Amino acid sequence: MSTSPTDTEPAPTPPPGEPEDPRLALLRGMVRIRRFEERCVELYSAERIRGFMHLCVGEEAVAAGLVGELAAQDAVVSTYREHGHALARGVPMASVLAEMFGRATGCSRGRGGSMHLFDVARRFYGGNAIVGGGLPVAVGLALADALRGEPVVTACLFGDGAVAEGEFHESLNLAALWRLPVLFCCENNRYAMGTALELEHAQTDLALRASSYGMPAWPVDGMDAEAVAEATRRALATIRSGRGPCFLELRTYRFRAHSMYDPDRYRDRAEVARWKDQDPVERLRTRMLGDGGLDGASWDRLVAAVDAEIEAAVADAEAGPLEPVEDLTRFVYAEPS
Amino acid sequence: MSTAVVPERLTYREALRESLRDALRADERVFLMGEDVGRYGGCFAVSLGLLEEFGPERVRDTPLSESAFVGAGIGAALGGMRPVVEVMTVNFSLLALDQILNNAATLGHMSGGQLTVPLVIRMTTGAGRQLAAQHSHSLEGWYAHIPGLRIVAPATVADAREMLAPALASPDPVLLFEHAGLYTSEGDLDGAPVALDGAAVRRTGDDVTLVTYGGMLPTTLAAAEGLAAEGIAAEVVDLRSLRPLDEATVLASVRRTHRLVVVDEGWRSGSLAAEVAARVAEQAFYDLDAPPERVCSAEVPVPYAAHLERAARPAVDDVVAAARRTVG
Ligand SMILES: Cc1ncc(C[n+]2csc(CCOP(=O)(O)OP(=O)(O)O)c2C)c(N)n1
Ligand SMILES: [Mg+2]
Repeated sequence: MSTSPTDTEPAPTPPPGEPEDPRLALLRGMVRIRRFEERCVELYSAERIRGFMHLCVGEEAVAAGLVGELAAQDAVVSTYREHGHALARGVPMASVLAEMFGRATGCSRGRGGSMHLFDVARRFYGGNAIVGGGLPVAVGLALADALRGEPVVTACLFGDGAVAEGEFHESLNLAALWRLPVLFCCENNRYAMGTALELEHAQTDLALRASSYGMPAWPVDGMDAEAVAEATRRALATIRSGRGPCFLELRTYRFRAHSMYDPDRYRDRAEVARWKDQDPVERLRTRMLGDGGLDGASWDRLVAAVDAEIEAAVADAEAGPLEPVEDLTRFVYAEPS
Repeated sequence: MSTAVVPERLTYREALRESLRDALRADERVFLMGEDVGRYGGCFAVSLGLLEEFGPERVRDTPLSESAFVGAGIGAALGGMRPVVEVMTVNFSLLALDQILNNAATLGHMSGGQLTVPLVIRMTTGAGRQLAAQHSHSLEGWYAHIPGLRIVAPATVADAREMLAPALASPDPVLLFEHAGLYTSEGDLDGAPVALDGAAVRRTGDDVTLVTYGGMLPTTLAAAEGLAAEGIAAEVVDLRSLRPLDEATVLASVRRTHRLVVVDEGWRSGSLAAEVAARVAEQAFYDLDAPPERVCSAEVPVPYAAHLERAARPAVDDVVAAARRTVG
């Protein structure tokens, strides 16, 4: 599946000679993110992680299915809810955790925290915490690639809330006007903080609105990792053929509150429960157990391998040093190389 | 009007909420709008419960469209309403900066006095909670650069309770800055009305004047306490209003103490602290026994890691050291 660099060991391994079921990589990718996020809750409660932290539990199919389909040379621009995107991109788990622990070994040297993960070696252009702020930058990255004649795509992830910002509309128009290779990925989880989609948008069909800028745009079941991967492949093929940007509306849901500060007063418990029935991890797992793509033992091995990776990453991150205080003002300006 | 028994002791957050409640009760033209002010209860829970009391017409959740809803606040003010617009943090207000500067601050003058914009924009400012560089800046000094705006920064619970009323009574656009680190602070109310443009002397002393505002008041008061233990009597002036500046109060204090330290969470270059120091130098130069000192934030986007964030912000020890230098 993925041509992006990754630091995970494949588990379980297929019998010799048989190719691995490609769905296993999707499942493993989602389980990795799910269990990582749940570990982050514990670490946050223990005050090892501070500040704002936004989890993507429930939305793993987008991270694994979409980011996992990108090529290594493609670029990614994300938001503050980006742990899953970073992990799917292959940003090492230990460096993500070290960042949240504020360590010099963090992927942003402790200066960004949970909302600002950067790993430019993997063309992961970060966690932007200004809603809509990443879209113009993604357009510019794509412009640079187009001008340099590189056949690569910039994937820009953002939420349904961002669609209300002027920067969204300006960016889609610009990308379409100049036929730039941008994949606009709207994770429509139906809420912008506490404001429901219907209270945020006069026209809630977000793909329809994107299509008005003259680009292919369609909704995708964002709780189905295979559907997300399939839609991403189609969109990438269109973009790589030089026909300009595409827009995917990934219909999904966050199972947890907006952030660790959010008491979640605005959602009906029954609604949350209905969406939990669509749990993307469970859906794929059940499908694979049903058709023989997975058995109980290989599932157990998969989870155990993920948990081992997480615990090793926590230990590794904990061992990382703090940035010396004397270096406080480094990187405000570029350093001579 | 209000029959609710106001408790004597409130948090800063509760005080702001009570002032909003009073304003909504007192004047039909007043309404509150912003992201998540209603169902969510406000991102810092300031407006919690107001939707239930006043309904969605007057406590309006907006889409993520800072430029549009701040601009709509300006238009509604032109149209005879008294809007209170909440922007979650000063960093996000930059998406509305065009409306604030090119419209709110400008329309009165540019129309030859035909228009007034009686609008209040509330927003949080400041660092201290490890929210990193897109949520933590102190840009109120920037806004204080702009003629046509009034800028206030309540630093105490009593001011948080009393500043909204004169802000709404003002025919001019008022930006009200709430420091994120103050929401849980507690204080007593004295019920005394607050003028929009008057500084307050928070502690008297004869040896050095410490001028500050907003979220740096607790730090500055703690420094004054520390200095007292060393036998240095510091006077603490809380500006309250950053534009216009109450020069008279600052100058009167400096003429008595002959020494000035300005404590400001903004970046040092081109800061409000620079403005205060310049005015004192211009008007009280010969009263000074030492060069003015400034204690400001390090010139760096606020970093996430706790130890780096702490190092970036003015600390009690920095203020004490600066004051010592002026008396030394
Ligand atoms: C310009 C701006 N305005 C407001 C905020 C505060 N804020 C952070 S996330 C958020 C909701 C965004 O919703 P959405 O785009 O749907 O993304 P989600 O959090 O659901 O993933 C808000 C209002 C912000 N970060 N930036
Ligand atoms: Mg959303």
